[in-house]
Amino acid sequence: MDVKILGSGCANCNNLEKATREAVDALGLEATFDHVTEPGEIASWGVMKTPALVIDDEVVLSGRVPTAETVKALLRDRG
Amino acid sequence: MAVLEHLPHLPETRRGRWLALSGAALVWLGLYQLNEHLWDWILYGLLGMDPASRTTETIHFFAYDTVKITLLLVLIIFAVTFLRSYMSVERTRAILGGKREGAGNFVAAGLGVVTPFCSCSAVPAFIGFVAAGVPIGVTLSFLIASPMVNEIAIGMLLTLFGWKVTAVYVVTGLAIAIVAGWILGRLGVQRWVEPFVFETTLRGKAIDPAAGLSFDDRVHMSAEEVASILRRIWPYLLVGIGLGAVIHGWVPTDFFTTYAGPGNSLGVLVAVSIGIPLYSNAAGIMPMVQALYEKGLPMGTLLAFMMSVVALSLPEMILLRRVLKPQLLAAYIGVVATGIVIVGYLFNALLT
Repeated sequence: MDVKILGSGCANCNNLEKATREAVDALGLEATFDHVTEPGEIASWGVMKTPALVIDDEVVLSGRVPTAETVKALLRDRG
Repeated sequence: MAVLEHLPHLPETRRGRWLALSGAALVWLGLYQLNEHLWDWILYGLLGMDPASRTTETIHFFAYDTVKITLLLVLIIFAVTFLRSYMSVERTRAILGGKREGAGNFVAAGLGVVTPFCSCSAVPAFIGFVAAGVPIGVTLSFLIASPMVNEIAIGMLLTLFGWKVTAVYVVTGLAIAIVAGWILGRLGVQRWVEPFVFETTLRGKAIDPAAGLSFDDRVHMSAEEVASILRRIWPYLLVGIGLGAVIHGWVPTDFFTTYAGPGNSLGVLVAVSIGIPLYSNAAGIMPMVQALYEKGLPMGTLLAFMMSVVALSLPEMILLRRVLKPQLLAAYIGVVATGIVIVGYLFNALLT
């Protein structure tokens, strides 16, 4: 599973990464994490409100920091 | 985020939810009504301070305004976040996609007010808009209107100065965003945008963050936004209220009218040049605006001051520098600042 966090290093991006790592660990999944900070690349995903979460090349969430529970649900959908 | 997990769940039934929200509204109203009496009682009664002394007046202003502004912020941020959760930057972009300059600038400025948008996302939004074919001038109208016509400023002006001043603020703020975006678009500013912006292509389809949210989600998002904004701005708030309190208690009544009153032709220019580099929040500015108004500063000067603080900020300019070349950034600041100065003089002339 390939996880990308899109965001220019703001506090919320780190919170999103933390929530996602928690969710991945809790579900016992294997995932590679990538932090995309380049504005051009963030925008090319169609994301206009950071932070955003990309799972396996699909934007699943943008503009808010979800709870670990929400991320778990998103991961399960794509499990 | 941590707050989100600690929030109680809303009751399951529709009736229960309305009861919970009405209960919260009643508590809010009670606190708002009690605020002044509470500080009167603590300062004059309990501590036996002299209501006429300058020190007491300063402390009273500080304590009373801190509680009042915090309460107002909670209400405004909650209500605005809830309403805006039905809009999104993605929807705004879709609406603006087919618009030409001119009409597009009007729509963009209006959407700038209602779209949930933080200047911190100015860069991806700028690229996203331009990549979707929104003209640069129209995109700039959106980016100018969004911080300029600030929801917190609207709520506070409404409670402190009434609807007339608020209407003046909203209408002139929109006008500046429309005209400034249109002028910048006319200047042929494409050459002053960093080339990588035009090379960005959109892959995949954008998701709409506003879609599929339940009522509970929206209430939780709003509560979380209240907490996150208050956490971020409280230092600006306390400094602003502190300055307001000192002005209220210690500055002689005719001090400002002598140096920056309606008769001083440089007043607005000075206010705007102080306001641009000053970085604060609309909520932090309002106690100062209120105290300065009491001391006789004209409303036009104060509106110009407030606009220059919220519309042009150094951190946002640094962010925008990544997509705009220095020439366009300078033109952006110049056009917006000129608009604010004109508004200031116009209203000093009309309101006095």
